[in-house]
Amino acid sequence: MASVSYRNVWKRWGDVVAVHDLNIDIPDGEFLVFVGPSGCGKSTSLRMLAGLEEISDGEILIGDRVVNNVAPKDRDIAMVFQSYALYPHMTVYDNMAFGLRLRRTPKQVIDERVRETAASLGIEQLLDRRPRQLSGGQRQRVAVGRAIVREPAVFLLDEPLSNLDAKLRVEARTFISKLHQRLGTTFIYVTHDQVEAMTMGQRIAVLNAGKLMQIDTPTNLYDHPGNVFVAGFIGSPSMNFFDNSTLFEEGGKMIVDTGYFRVEVQKERHELYRPHLGKKVVFGIRPDNIAHSQFVPPGIIPAPVEANVDVVEEMGHEKILYLEEGGKTFLARVDPRSDVRVGQRTQVIFNMAVMHLFDAETEQALQ
Amino acid sequence: MNRVLRERLISIINRIPLHVAVIGLCLIWILPTLGLLITSFRPQQAVNETGWWEVVKSQEPTSTAYQTYCTDCHGANLSAVPSIDLGASDVVSGFTNTRRLAVTFNREYNGAVHIPEDQRPDDESLREILDYLRIESGAIKMPPRFTVNNYKDVMVGYDARGGTYDQACEEEGPTPTRSCDFWEDATRSDAIFKGVLNSFAVSIPSTILPILLAGFAAYAFAWLDFRGRKVMFALLVGLQIVPLQMTLVPVFRLYADLGLNGSFLGVWLFHTGFGLPYAIYLMRNFIAGLPREIVESAYLDGAGHWRVFRVIIMPLALPAIAALSIFQFMWVWNDLLVALIFLGNKAPVLTYQLSQLMDSLGGGWHRMTAAAFISMAIPLAVFLLFQRYFVRGLLSGSVKG
Repeated sequence: MASVSYRNVWKRWGDVVAVHDLNIDIPDGEFLVFVGPSGCGKSTSLRMLAGLEEISDGEILIGDRVVNNVAPKDRDIAMVFQSYALYPHMTVYDNMAFGLRLRRTPKQVIDERVRETAASLGIEQLLDRRPRQLSGGQRQRVAVGRAIVREPAVFLLDEPLSNLDAKLRVEARTFISKLHQRLGTTFIYVTHDQVEAMTMGQRIAVLNAGKLMQIDTPTNLYDHPGNVFVAGFIGSPSMNFFDNSTLFEEGGKMIVDTGYFRVEVQKERHELYRPHLGKKVVFGIRPDNIAHSQFVPPGIIPAPVEANVDVVEEMGHEKILYLEEGGKTFLARVDPRSDVRVGQRTQVIFNMAVMHLFDAETEQALQ
Repeated sequence: MNRVLRERLISIINRIPLHVAVIGLCLIWILPTLGLLITSFRPQQAVNETGWWEVVKSQEPTSTAYQTYCTDCHGANLSAVPSIDLGASDVVSGFTNTRRLAVTFNREYNGAVHIPEDQRPDDESLREILDYLRIESGAIKMPPRFTVNNYKDVMVGYDARGGTYDQACEEEGPTPTRSCDFWEDATRSDAIFKGVLNSFAVSIPSTILPILLAGFAAYAFAWLDFRGRKVMFALLVGLQIVPLQMTLVPVFRLYADLGLNGSFLGVWLFHTGFGLPYAIYLMRNFIAGLPREIVESAYLDGAGHWRVFRVIIMPLALPAIAALSIFQFMWVWNDLLVALIFLGNKAPVLTYQLSQLMDSLGGGWHRMTAAAFISMAIPLAVFLLFQRYFVRGLLSGSVKG
């Protein structure tokens, strides 16, 4: 068991910067998720920790040891690869025992640990098979088993679920979460899927273009995104942004003018936003926080907006409305009983208690 | 139903050229091989007289001509005339050729010409009669259709014209150059069997050495990051075009200084040197194509380079190793030039022996074919042994689904 720290870590490939001054402290036993679009440097960050990539600059610590020049095998880590990377010419048992044998573990202990781990993962009946005789889900479990049987201090997972079909993926998600609870080891998990990140991570580090955008708990990321990228990346369907908005005060009311409609800012935020009066801002609101006027949830701070209905997606438990106003399209997630038809003009209610404002230039949240 | 049948027919017709080509290729390969094999098992006389395809014809002499011309006087058992008993071998062995037999037709017996001119057998029948008499009387022994004597002869290096090693030993006994103990004679330096042993002594290390070294080099080129890797690899690929003949003189002089001429070590090193560029090239491309994650997984599991190479890379590179082994073994086995120059007659290899056989036995097809067949049977066996490693899907199950 160990904590992990990235201190001013850089990764450069010639002129290309893959990881840009990364600073993260991961306490012992945490489940941290790196999430971001492809090419954002999340895998590279993980591979630098594993020792599979050189660190161009900065330090990575496991526990209180700087591991920059420590060989992968001496870092006391285990990794599950996206492709599983099982040894195709070895049985499941040998795949799992490989690392233990290299560490000169006594035969009896190896046998005990392998069988125990296999039983805990429900793969004990597969021990004599070869990887090619296994299904995708089974291979994934073997890959996980091979990693945990060694009882590493840090456990790395690089998109371990992306080769599974949708149903297995949901199962595997809970399986890995439970595994973390049981082992209590530090888990570092890389994914491009924000649903995986939100459901599994205790904290989530959102990366974009090699930079750490924000690191926080799932709830905080959702409720208080620090910038436009995080706000747009977390949540599905993603947040509606109105780029050319302005903020002004009129008769004691603070108004956001999106250029398509105007909404009033709640009183509690006046002090916060006052320095930004008259400036260009980005107004953001999640589709979840736009209700149809027929079914307005209680306890919100309502702001009515009129718009044309472009598309209606019936999901059963909800309706996703594609609304259009003055050439700008935005989404709303409304009660399925709402009576809306395509082509209709309708009234929706914004919940101004959970709206977001960002600086148009820096794209940082106004706080 | 009709349409299905028609489509089937069309597809069969469409595939006819392919089938013809395949069968043609098989025949082109099999026919000469079969001829070689059959010839190598035929006795010398038969090889000289008839083609190998006539081996299926019956060789028993027929009695029809004898019955037509001779049975009346000499009887069916050949011994009806006691004064000239055709069943006695000493009588028949006097007729060394058909002319001797024909002469008797002019003689008079009991006041009449033996056989009047107009009743005499033609040449073909005469030949048949003589063959029949010879075999029946026991004047000559029926030659066997097949014999292993050719193989025995070449194995011990017996090369006298006519006769065989067995006959010579039986009739003349041991001589200073021939002990008549098969295995002792077979391991003399001019025996083909010794040539086979020498060829193995050259080929096996000359196959293992370059492939092993190429494996190391390929691993480094594929997985290790070091300065000048690309330049070195390009250089190696370029080395493949260096003609072997160009280096013969410098290497020969180098070997003369080192005392490697005429030693197996010299030939091993030469073949290793010339086998390496291609072997490295092929192995690197194969090894670089293995999924990176498998190797990285092994590093994380605690394996060092040596163990990754031995436990992960080598088993997964088996198809490449098998292919290379076959190529390299065949090339070295069939090589004459290098063996001739660096070994010569100090340790004559099989190809060298074969070329000698050609010189000393210009017409000795029966032994040539036997020696040739020995020399081709071994690469064939190697091929059949290794081809089972050409397995597809060795990697399946390791990555993705």
